[in-house]
Amino acid sequence: MRLSRAAGRRWVAGVPTFWLLLLFLIPFLIVFRISFSEVRLAIPPYTPLLTWHHSWWPSIELHGSAYSFLFTDSLYVSSYLYSVKVAAISTLLCLLIGYPMAYAIARSSPSSRSVLLMLIVLPFWTSFLLRVYAWIGLLKNNGVINNVLMYLGVIHHPLVMLQTDFAVYIGIVYSYLPFMILPLYANLEKHDPALLEAAADLGARPFRAFLRVTLPQSLAGIVAGSLLVFIPAVGEYVIPTLLGRTDQLMIGRVLSDEFFENRDWPVASAVAILILLLLVIPIMLFQRMQRRELEAAQ
Amino acid sequence: MPAIDSAQAYARIAGVTKKFGDFAAVDNVSLDIRRGEIFCLLGGSGSGKTTLLRMLAGFETPTSGTIHIDGADMSTTPPYERPVNMMFQSYALFPHMSVERNVAFGLEQEGVSRERAKRQVAEILDMVKMGGFGARKPHQLSGGQRQRVALARALVKKPKLLLLDEPLAALDKKLREHTQFELISIQQRMGVTFIVVTHDQEEAMTLGTRLGVMNQGRIVQVGSPSDIYESPSNRFVADFIGSVNMFEGQVLQGGTDAVRIDCAELRGTVRAERTVACANGATVWTAIRPEKIGISRQQPGGADPAENLVRGTVREIAYMGDMSIYLVQIDSGKMMRVTLPNTMRGRERPIVREESVWLSWHGSSPVVLTE
Repeated sequence: MRLSRAAGRRWVAGVPTFWLLLLFLIPFLIVFRISFSEVRLAIPPYTPLLTWHHSWWPSIELHGSAYSFLFTDSLYVSSYLYSVKVAAISTLLCLLIGYPMAYAIARSSPSSRSVLLMLIVLPFWTSFLLRVYAWIGLLKNNGVINNVLMYLGVIHHPLVMLQTDFAVYIGIVYSYLPFMILPLYANLEKHDPALLEAAADLGARPFRAFLRVTLPQSLAGIVAGSLLVFIPAVGEYVIPTLLGRTDQLMIGRVLSDEFFENRDWPVASAVAILILLLLVIPIMLFQRMQRRELEAAQ
Repeated sequence: MPAIDSAQAYARIAGVTKKFGDFAAVDNVSLDIRRGEIFCLLGGSGSGKTTLLRMLAGFETPTSGTIHIDGADMSTTPPYERPVNMMFQSYALFPHMSVERNVAFGLEQEGVSRERAKRQVAEILDMVKMGGFGARKPHQLSGGQRQRVALARALVKKPKLLLLDEPLAALDKKLREHTQFELISIQQRMGVTFIVVTHDQEEAMTLGTRLGVMNQGRIVQVGSPSDIYESPSNRFVADFIGSVNMFEGQVLQGGTDAVRIDCAELRGTVRAERTVACANGATVWTAIRPEKIGISRQQPGGADPAENLVRGTVREIAYMGDMSIYLVQIDSGKMMRVTLPNTMRGRERPIVREESVWLSWHGSSPVVLTE
């Protein structure tokens, strides 16, 4: 059977559209709808959207209480702010560590390049959960790092590293670094080495040439990498739960607690919707940047 | 226009060798560049011309030998401190900067004030006829316009040497010819010394005050375009520049100003002016340019029938408009190339294919080559 061009194009675009509709848009609408209900002890544990109590016409029941509750209890606001802070600092750290690495890989010889890229991807072959657990063994009071430092006589009492912000940063930077490096590499690898030669030829010292030529041209890669780290880091649940503080939760943990501990689905849904709103702005920035890069490439 | 100062070398390349591993890309090259000239480095790909240019710019360091520019040793000077600018083959314009910013880049590095930089950029853009394009980005320009911006960017700092790497290679033929003359006029107005790398001999001949022909990392001949064309010093140059009919032969007898060479392939003798020393009986080569050969139906009178004369059959005629190329198979089987200008419209009874003809040339036409 032969497909016409138009039909083929419809298929190509239709499959992902259908996928997104089924697995993203519909669940999102369900969550959105639950966020405007109230909690009740029943199955499902929230008030229905439509009721037929008073008339032949169904009446729509919308409650804003879940949202107003988020702003009355300081737990939620502080968790939001803390999550944004942790994600932002982790993103910056990933950028500072990842940029030189991506640059070095992009400038290395083609044969060592594939090996280095392989090494960046290699950690994905081990379970994410296992790798985060491994950090507990390294960071805890009688863990590897403390034992080595005490054996060497550098310290006499173990450093408290686990259940601190430090441990969360380590965990997030370690886990998300590849997501920073890969888009940066993809960008830097395309740079024409003649441009740096031209800059040097016109009198720019190497660092100035980097600032004026390489950095501005890699902006799209920086934005792409930063968003790929920032967006999942804001909602990160596993790393702060295993490595982080117990007195200050990240929003992902709050969300899970509301669902599974409190069984307050409306509040949990409202939290989810607000995380989404918080992330929509950077996601839109990301898309604009990608579009611009595509246009520039054409 | 500053007169070309032929007495003194403005840039001196002395015994420069560049090795990549065991391979010598540039092999013991010594060359003096004069102030205010356009020096063309001409060679095929892999001849080392670009490597030599990159050593002048400072992107490569010589394995041995020295480079002086205006008396100063450049051996340890990094590219960003050399009084040299380069126009890259790919132009290497900064894609994220406007034309103005591209051209101003070099001035900014020197710490020229914003006002002065702006004025200088405007001047140089006017000179390359890109005055109205300052705000455009490189990707909004045509190839020819980009070439002009690259030239302006390299010229705006008034470098002691301007290095041009295949400056016209990316342009189409018509634009290339036009741009050649413009380059020369800009060079004369600015008085900057140009070193041009090219594989295109026509470009080198038109642009160059002097040419340096390179082969396998060595300079094989340096001279004016007419020196190189009319008096090549060896077979490589004779064959590389233009077309040539070359015959191997033995020196029969040497007079003081003429030499006679017995060529088996001609089944005859070539008489040429004695320009090089060659002993009787030595093997030499004689090269005759296609445009210096006459073609006729009748045996030309007066000449010694055994000298500078050969019989053949026309196998191909290529009509080029301004001239025609005749491929003539001589009696030994070898093909000879003859070109004739088409000076008249509708010539009567033109020579046609498969006609049998006589080829002859004057005694001053052949060049004798010993290597």
